[in-house]
Amino acid sequence: MLKNYFKIAIAVLKRRKFFTFISLFGISFTLTILMVLTAFINKVVGDNYPDKKRDRSLYINRLQESGEENMMSSTLSYYFLSHYTGMMKTPVKVAISSMFKGTNTYVNNKKIAVNFKYTNAEYWDVLDYDFTEGKPFNKQQVTNADRVAIISEDMKRQYFGDVATVVGKYIEADNVDYRVIGVVKNVPVTNYMLYSDIYLPYTVSKEDYKSKGYLGAYMAILLGNSPGDIPKMQAEYESIIARVPVERKEFKHVYSHANTFFRSYVDTGNEKQSGVFIVVTAISIFVFIFTLLPTLNLVNINITRIMERSSEIGVRKAFGASSKTLVYQFLVENLILTILGGVIGTVLSVFALYAINNANLIDNLELSINFTVLFIGLLVCLVFGLLSGVYPAWRMSKLNVVTALKA
Amino acid sequence: MIRLQNIEKVYRTDTIETLALNSVSLDIAKGEFLSIMGPSGCGKSTLLNIMGLLDAPSKGEIRIDDQKTGGMNDKQLAQFRNKKLGFIFQSYHLINDLQVLDNVELPLLYRDTTAKQRRELAAEALAKVGLANRLKHFPTQLSGGQRQRVAIARAIVGKPEIILADEPTGNLDSAMGNEIMEILLNLNRNDGTTIVMVTHDENMAHKTHRLVRLFDGAQVQ
Ligand SMILES: Nc1ncnc2c1ncn2[C@@H]1O[C@H](COP(=O)(O)OP(=O)(O)OP(=O)(O)O)[C@@H](O)[C@H]1O
Ligand SMILES: [Mg+2]
Repeated sequence: MLKNYFKIAIAVLKRRKFFTFISLFGISFTLTILMVLTAFINKVVGDNYPDKKRDRSLYINRLQESGEENMMSSTLSYYFLSHYTGMMKTPVKVAISSMFKGTNTYVNNKKIAVNFKYTNAEYWDVLDYDFTEGKPFNKQQVTNADRVAIISEDMKRQYFGDVATVVGKYIEADNVDYRVIGVVKNVPVTNYMLYSDIYLPYTVSKEDYKSKGYLGAYMAILLGNSPGDIPKMQAEYESIIARVPVERKEFKHVYSHANTFFRSYVDTGNEKQSGVFIVVTAISIFVFIFTLLPTLNLVNINITRIMERSSEIGVRKAFGASSKTLVYQFLVENLILTILGGVIGTVLSVFALYAINNANLIDNLELSINFTVLFIGLLVCLVFGLLSGVYPAWRMSKLNVVTALKA
Repeated sequence: MIRLQNIEKVYRTDTIETLALNSVSLDIAKGEFLSIMGPSGCGKSTLLNIMGLLDAPSKGEIRIDDQKTGGMNDKQLAQFRNKKLGFIFQSYHLINDLQVLDNVELPLLYRDTTAKQRRELAAEALAKVGLANRLKHFPTQLSGGQRQRVAIARAIVGKPEIILADEPTGNLDSAMGNEIMEILLNLNRNDGTTIVMVTHDENMAHKTHRLVRLFDGAQVQ
């Protein structure tokens, strides 16, 4: 039975080359887009290098002061973060670091762009960077304001070329020489809170990290003992912020939150707009439209395709096919078409991801097809096949035999 | 074998009502070869379709093999047609995407059969209509007479007791028409198949056991 359905499905697909092409194109193209999108989201949100302890971490990356007319919102000052998180009891460690900042350096008179980031010593305990050589700087080195640097593998290759080890060598950035003490695996720039080429002790910063203003270039990650500490740390931070006095008269409120990774990642910088809501809505609408359109298109194509075969429907019914059997046949045919589209889409996705990775559009971002993505893709395909097949199949199965044979 | 009682068929559209069949009663015995004649539009096809349970009458009762067919649902009707009836149409209605053999196998798909059984039965039916050497052809590669023979093979492959043929020779020249007629006569004679055939050809009609004439939806002879 199934073999016969397969036979006729292939025959029909071959005969209706144009329809087949349009259908397959629609399915595989949509699938490719969805696969790339999910690969991207999966990478950005799901990949937790180097913050492997996300489930017990909270991120503080913004403070907003607002009054009737004025509003100021930015990352925070080193002083503010160390002072107020220092008052907290639940976090076992607090990583404080500046956001990455770009500068230029020269290798053999060739200009290269480098990003650098200042961190405290606990940063290296809270986060799990993979060291390919050397080790992180410690409290003593930070206190001494030692000119030591940890660099990314990418930076090592760009600055030093193909050498085995670089620990002990010097790297120049902003006209200062730093001694390299460690090399870490690359972090994609999409993980912008933790990405950098060079990591330095905050004490070597030329900017005044002792300034008592609230706003600055820093953020913090609070590490709890267990995921259960998350609500406690959040409450503790909220209560501290509630008692923080406003800096100037024109402001009435100070807002700052300790958020989970995803929330802080999509923070809009405005207290009244939820970044999570915006991102989730945008993605949902995008996915919805991107699957709805081809489905409608397929339903349409399928109706035409099936109605063209009214003689076949009439004959099958006359010789003993029930409406149910026919619906089943057309669904199988449709599933064959969509699964074919799914396979083509998967192949296209592999190529697309390969091309995106090779074009190096985004620093250090390696998208890969993983099983979750593949699974989602094939599931989408199956849903497609059913959605686009059910209605036309149902409609044609209701066709009266005599009418079907006359057409 | 087939008993029609006071069959009435009314076609209703938004504006007009057509009385296609007006109180037709007919008894067809097992093994009988009956032909139906009448002018175009008199309701011959309508009658045949109702006999074949492809269409429901507006009024009246159909009994086939002493079974009432009135209350059957879609699935039961389908099964009943599959077991008892075989159809032959004027315009063949073969599936052009399928090879001759697959076309002939079609009724067996809706029965409990293995692929091997289907293959054998279909080949056998095709041999019976003289097309043993055309199994792998597609319908479009055959002449009209050959196509109708494939259609006959499809109608007999399931060994139904009744064959309903609506102008089976209507699209063919007289030589090919005679060939088809011979096949049908043999089926009736050798296998005892009950056949009801609509035709416009007096000569063909006279070769059958009985002739029924319709005029304006009513039986006149
Ligand atoms: N689906 C329909 N809707 C409305 N009227 C119909 C329908 N089918 C048939 N009729 C009408 O019913 C009458 C009988 O039609 P039928 O097809 O049975 O004629 P016929 O005797 O087979 O004619 P022919 O020899 O041309 O095939 C005709 O008047 C036709 O117009
Ligand atoms: Mg007719």
